[in-house]
Amino acid sequence: MDDKEKKQDTLYVKLIPYFEKYGILLLLVIMILVMHILQPDVFLSWRNVTNVFKQISWQSMLALGVFMVIVTAGIDLSVGSIMMLSLMILAIVAKAGAPWFVVVLVPLFAGFLCGLINGLGITLLRMPHPFIMTLGTLYIFRGTGNLISGGTPISGFTDEVRYLGHGRIDLTWLGLEKSQYLPVSLVLIAVVYFVFWVFLNHSRTGKWIYAIGGNPSAARASGINVNKILIIVYSLCGFLSGIGALILAGRTDSGYPNAGLQSELDAIAACIIGGASFFGGRGTVLGVFAGVMIMGILRNGLNLMDVSSFWQQVLIGSIIVLAVYVDVLRRDFGTRK
Amino acid sequence: MTSTNKLLLEAKGITKYFGTITALENVNLKVHEGECLGVVGDNGAGKSTLMKVLSGLYKPSAGALFFEGKEHVLDSPKDSQNLGLEMVYQDLALAGNLPIGENIFLGREPTKNIGLLKFLDFKKIQEMTSAHLEKLKINVKSADQKVEELSGGQRQAVAIARSTAFNAKVVIMDEPTAALAIKEVGKVLDLINKLKSTGVGVIVISHRMDDIFTVCDRVMALFQGTNFAESQLDKTSRDEVIGWIMGKK
Repeated sequence: MDDKEKKQDTLYVKLIPYFEKYGILLLLVIMILVMHILQPDVFLSWRNVTNVFKQISWQSMLALGVFMVIVTAGIDLSVGSIMMLSLMILAIVAKAGAPWFVVVLVPLFAGFLCGLINGLGITLLRMPHPFIMTLGTLYIFRGTGNLISGGTPISGFTDEVRYLGHGRIDLTWLGLEKSQYLPVSLVLIAVVYFVFWVFLNHSRTGKWIYAIGGNPSAARASGINVNKILIIVYSLCGFLSGIGALILAGRTDSGYPNAGLQSELDAIAACIIGGASFFGGRGTVLGVFAGVMIMGILRNGLNLMDVSSFWQQVLIGSIIVLAVYVDVLRRDFGTRK
Repeated sequence: MTSTNKLLLEAKGITKYFGTITALENVNLKVHEGECLGVVGDNGAGKSTLMKVLSGLYKPSAGALFFEGKEHVLDSPKDSQNLGLEMVYQDLALAGNLPIGENIFLGREPTKNIGLLKFLDFKKIQEMTSAHLEKLKINVKSADQKVEELSGGQRQAVAIARSTAFNAKVVIMDEPTAALAIKEVGKVLDLINKLKSTGVGVIVISHRMDDIFTVCDRVMALFQGTNFAESQLDKTSRDEVIGWIMGKK
């Protein structure tokens, strides 16, 4: 038996874990190179790159939230609606003349509360699958958002409220031109992703989230309060959707009824492309970021090349299927049955 | 060896209903230091239910649990773990996506403080895992290997290692050899003998007479949720025990 295991340790086998971890980044780099070759003048320009980051800013928050849920082998279909409801609440509070720090905190709190409702529903009401609870709240939250706003857009926020989504960090002190600024949303993405990377990989709660996805009965038998962890995960997912709402408020300067429509599917797609497994317990924060980037770059690049958005849909769909097929193959190779 | 050693765990009059179904009725059980008790019984005889009561996963409808002479009410597996009572489940209860070390310490991970925040101490997990696997003479490539990459026997060994990593006094094993290849069975049984020699009380639930007669000191049979028969191992025979399982004395 020992001999056999030694034989398997060829270079190819040794590379598998690295490929598993960083393969998605390789795909991202290849995409960037291809886009650069196709659009040498525009694609890697300062303006376009910051543009991509601004475009993915709020989606990246939803994707990160959905990712944590998917790691527990769950699903959250309501993130788009949570974001819309949080955005509408933000807009109403802003219109009511609340001070800016209240306006900034309100969507985070609203998002957290929506996520908490999802988590409590899944655990206390013992819904057979998170799909059902969050499908319900997908309608409930969006309906509530329309009820409180009357279904009409509410526009015009102060600069402080718009800072995270719209702010620019001036880089002229580095000798760069005025147009070469750093979007605040990019810094926010980096900070949030780093914090959640630490949380998922270096805290006990984070480890338990992976354990629940790997084998919920093992987690339960280890004395982990599975329901409590699930409630935390769904609440954090809602909280991140609330951050998404804040970013979107900055970007669009408006709360509007169609905000985040179908963005839950984009978020799920980014996680799947990034290597998160629907079976739970598998996937990395870095992978999700790569997944979000791949979708962002694909859309951006195809726009630059004037390809119809219908083709974008076809391509993104194909990438999802391909990415999951790779996951299936990897499971065949990687695990003993 | 049994009755002279200290009594570790005693269950008295355990009864468990699931709705109108009586899974266990007035069941008693004892296990001493360094002793291995075999629990046999047909499917549905109540073995697994009894073990889940002992580990705190189920609350008994009636009856009491005594640990080292004191009565305890177990609200969750955490409570039984705190008493030094560990369970090795039939389905192994390991998370395949996590490495060996993190499985062994799952739910009880050592942490270190950085500022006000608590972070997992991966170095300590690895050191403690390696030392513990060494102690039990369990061979794996490294403590960082994911459990899903292991063979059935190695997984069972990890599950047993997990149950004994925190100075367990009683270890309950549900069908520890059921899913194993024949040559791996011997290794697991050796491991059980090693545990006994360190003074751990072991309860083994098994269908396999070979297991029972290799490692156990005493055997008890459940039949339709009740105590049916019990004997020192040297005062009974395989045929008699098989008869008990089928409800014949």
